[in-house]
Amino acid sequence: MIPNSFDYHRATSVDEAIRLMAQHGMDAKLLAGGHSLLPAMKLRLNQPGVLVDIGRLAELRYIKKEGDSLVIGAGATHDDIANSEVARNTLSMLSEAANLIGDVQVRNKGTLGGSLAHADPAADWPAVMIAAHAHIELRGPNGSRTVAADDFFTGFYMTALAEDEIITAIRIPAPPKGTHSSYQKFMQPASRFAIVGCAASVTKDGGVCQKVSVALTGLSDTAFRASNVEAALTGKKLTKENIAAAAQAAGEGVMAMGDHFASEEYRLHLAKVFAKRALMAAAE
Amino acid sequence: MAKKIQVTVNGKAYSHDVDPRTLLVQYLRDVLGLTGTHVGCDTSNCGACTILVDGQAVKSCTLLAVQADGSEVKTIEGMADNGTLHPLQEGFREEHGLQCGFCTPGMIMASADLLERNPNPTEHEIREALEGNFCRCTGYHNIVKSVQYAAKKISKQEKVA
Repeated sequence: MIPNSFDYHRATSVDEAIRLMAQHGMDAKLLAGGHSLLPAMKLRLNQPGVLVDIGRLAELRYIKKEGDSLVIGAGATHDDIANSEVARNTLSMLSEAANLIGDVQVRNKGTLGGSLAHADPAADWPAVMIAAHAHIELRGPNGSRTVAADDFFTGFYMTALAEDEIITAIRIPAPPKGTHSSYQKFMQPASRFAIVGCAASVTKDGGVCQKVSVALTGLSDTAFRASNVEAALTGKKLTKENIAAAAQAAGEGVMAMGDHFASEEYRLHLAKVFAKRALMAAAE
Repeated sequence: MAKKIQVTVNGKAYSHDVDPRTLLVQYLRDVLGLTGTHVGCDTSNCGACTILVDGQAVKSCTLLAVQADGSEVKTIEGMADNGTLHPLQEGFREEHGLQCGFCTPGMIMASADLLERNPNPTEHEIREALEGNFCRCTGYHNIVKSVQYAAKKISKQEKVA
């Protein structure tokens, strides 16, 4: 399968990439790892006239501590994150999720920024970033701005990213002391995308849930915060029973997707099961 | 508009003008004639087209040739050393790690990435590292044994050296 014809530019800096995107407008697409874009182009679901390759930009590929925050460059690959000590030490769900994406070959190429910009409803990172209270840093011809992960995913493959903007980094605030996290998913065995995935972060004090952050992916048109699960667990003792009861609220009131592989009903059931597993693992 | 690329494939430098939409696997097979890299699913699921780019296993059906400009590429043709099989190739022969052989080049290249990172993998780690490679003869058991054979052989060679 061969994509449509296009012009190819390899940007040598983020600023050059932004200039090229502004110059070519709606006809241009950014290419990072290409592991979402190229398959779509091969199926002719996407037919850009210009590709701006940002895959080699070292300025986008880093994982570091900055003050209390963990900052991950948009060009960090899933494999970079999977092997990052500092990411694992900040929130273990980051390395858990990274290791569950696709396979080694995909993780070697696919990038965090690319996954967030693509916003596949079954992608893993959106749920993890919402649960981590991440902020997504964007840069365009008119300067930089930051969008909370909670507000970034606006619909089916849709985000708050403007046509002329680039994701430059993802900033994750240091979790409070006593916080543990986990990402659990039920995956499609061939594509390894999430049928349902749940990211959970729990702040524990004396066996009581001080703060909890839960997000689900795969269930509906976009990843979302499971506020009702959070409300059901906050302030409660972290017992198996309380966690199981709170997890029952996962997916409540959600219009679930269904396909030949997993029906709406099945996905809603999995949401409860995987919310429970993620919370149990995070509360341990 | 054609784009000039320079790549080193199996130690040999090449320079060609390519249409930007040329996939790396097409470039290897159709331009360089290196047909050891197979196209299976063409949708980045099956792993038959796995090669090493700058030392990392990638699916060459999901990479443009222009993206590899300036890179070092290694394919199955570059594994043997002057007619001496690479320990992975020898392992697949000794442990009967192939039946029809279609998935084998991709299996070997993905295993090469694994052994580079983790010279002494457990059975579980081998199976995890090969998650992105499908064998439709379902010969996974012997494939795992082949990789174990290679790991042992490489560690022995390194001890001697």
